[in-house]
Amino acid sequence: MSEGRLSPLHGLWALTNRELKKWYKEPVILLLSLVQPILWIGIFGKAMNFANMFNSASLEIPGLTIPKQVIDEIGSLVLKQTFGTTDYFSFLAVGMLSFIVLFTSMSSGMTIVWDRRLGFLGKLLTTPVPRGSIIVSKVIASIVKSLVQATIILLIGILLGLRFSFSIMAPVAFLITYLSLFLLSFGFSSLFLMLALRSTRWETQMAIMNLLNMPLLFSSNSFYPISSMPWWLKPVALANPLTYANAISRWALLGITPSVNVLLSLVYLVGFAVIFTVLGIYLSWRYLSL
Amino acid sequence: MNEAIIKVNNLTKIYSGGVLAVDHISFEVYEGEIFALLGPNGAGKSTTIGMLNTSLKPTQGEAEIAGYSVNREPSKVRSIIGVVPQEFSADEDLTGWENITLIGYLYGLPKEVIKQRATELLQTVGLYSVKDKKVETYSGGMRRRLEISMGLINRPKVLFLDEPTLGLDVQTRAAIWGYILKLKKDYNMTIFLTTHYLEEADAYGDRVAIIDHGKILVIGKPDELKRSVTWDTLFIEVSGSYDSVRQVLSTLPPVKEVNFTDGQITIKVIDGPTAIPLVVSAINSVGQEVRRLSLSRPSLDEVYMYYTGKSLREESASKEEAFALRRTLRRARS
Repeated sequence: MSEGRLSPLHGLWALTNRELKKWYKEPVILLLSLVQPILWIGIFGKAMNFANMFNSASLEIPGLTIPKQVIDEIGSLVLKQTFGTTDYFSFLAVGMLSFIVLFTSMSSGMTIVWDRRLGFLGKLLTTPVPRGSIIVSKVIASIVKSLVQATIILLIGILLGLRFSFSIMAPVAFLITYLSLFLLSFGFSSLFLMLALRSTRWETQMAIMNLLNMPLLFSSNSFYPISSMPWWLKPVALANPLTYANAISRWALLGITPSVNVLLSLVYLVGFAVIFTVLGIYLSWRYLSL
Repeated sequence: MNEAIIKVNNLTKIYSGGVLAVDHISFEVYEGEIFALLGPNGAGKSTTIGMLNTSLKPTQGEAEIAGYSVNREPSKVRSIIGVVPQEFSADEDLTGWENITLIGYLYGLPKEVIKQRATELLQTVGLYSVKDKKVETYSGGMRRRLEISMGLINRPKVLFLDEPTLGLDVQTRAAIWGYILKLKKDYNMTIFLTTHYLEEADAYGDRVAIIDHGKILVIGKPDELKRSVTWDTLFIEVSGSYDSVRQVLSTLPPVKEVNFTDGQITIKVIDGPTAIPLVVSAINSVGQEVRRLSLSRPSLDEVYMYYTGKSLREESASKEEAFALRRTLRRARS
């Protein structure tokens, strides 16, 4: 029997709760999804230590002996100029936060493919739940997952030697960092859900993810600063939302002066999140079907 | 007869790629009846049910459920119907209880109502004791019962059942039908179902429509349909000679045809059970006795063959069941 007027958001919490239940009831999957960034931080971050390049006791150039102190000074200056900090490990560890957010948000598209394959979506579409709620519940769940994973990475980073150098009060610094990660996850989750709206094969979705994850990562400032990129890559990096999330987090947590104004970076991320979410909800009304 | 609760007018579906799945069909379903849509794989059954339950958009034509248009008011339609899809739709990672209450929230029902109805429904279908077990541990019959209870959480006016017993064994099928009939009685619903099991449509359908190649070939009560294409047959052996009874038998009103083969009289009659006493007394009246008598009534399969020119049993039992099996295996592997 019809039950009076339904709120446009009814069912949203129930659907979000379902997504999260499926996730936290399977801690194995949660742990597995952390392996990759942990390996990056642990192996890449520790081995690819630029500071070691300047560790020699002294350099012997014929006719000239450079004392260790000078080398150390030059090393610090070079690192500082390139990365904005002498601590490459911390630079990378903070970059890993946006990395895990990207990877977690990307897989949101998979859930819609599975729901379709396993018949759950078909059932959903015969209930009066708004189509927008179906998408938004997945976006919210994906954001929660992303932020929890980012927190775990942050804690592991601290254990492995991440050192903060806050540019503002610590709580505000964390708040701003999480805000930027939240917006990043919002935009990417909506984007990848949108790509999956009509998809019936998880293979396609996997291919899209594999096609986009590395280019998105390497065309951002996650591993190296924009200033060290070739000229043709710079505009790509400046369009990449990851760049802005990293710039904001590194400014807040590590005190690294960003190449783009922090406020403008936030505005860019808000725009990214809003545009893709609105587009995602609009397309789900039009195209979400069996 | 009751009022029409489903009105279908020229409903048509052409899939992208130009496949004409449903071809200008029109019919009505009356309030409180069980309406069975019967046809082979690919006949347009699921497409028809999909358009009526608003999961598919019609290319042309209109359908109304309890006065609401599937084209213009799909949300209203969704809130008064219950749907039990052909494929299992419950989330295997969740428990039976979590699945049925989730669906309740999607209908915007208050929490207390959901709890009370979910308890009642799960008790009715005999799943209350396993409600906190994950659905992945349920058997095929249990899953089907869960699906049916999920389709009833909003107390629908019309329940759509797409192949409710597909791929289940005979005993489970009978049990499922027991639940369906009980729920129909308890909630006074109209049931629209698709099936390719002729005997189910025959036994439980108040009216049956046969669909093939996207067109409805015939609609009617199972008995009327059977009578419309062929008569009941009586096989009789008498004590005396055939010639002595032929005359008297062919003058009886219900008798349409009398033949004699292999020492047995074969009589085509309109309504077997009421014709038997007439036939027996007619034989006795000429001083003969009936030694042996048997009755054969036509099945819907004969109706089906008459209208489509092929047997449903042969064609779909293999295809659809193979398909269902494949789907089950795929789910088991994933």
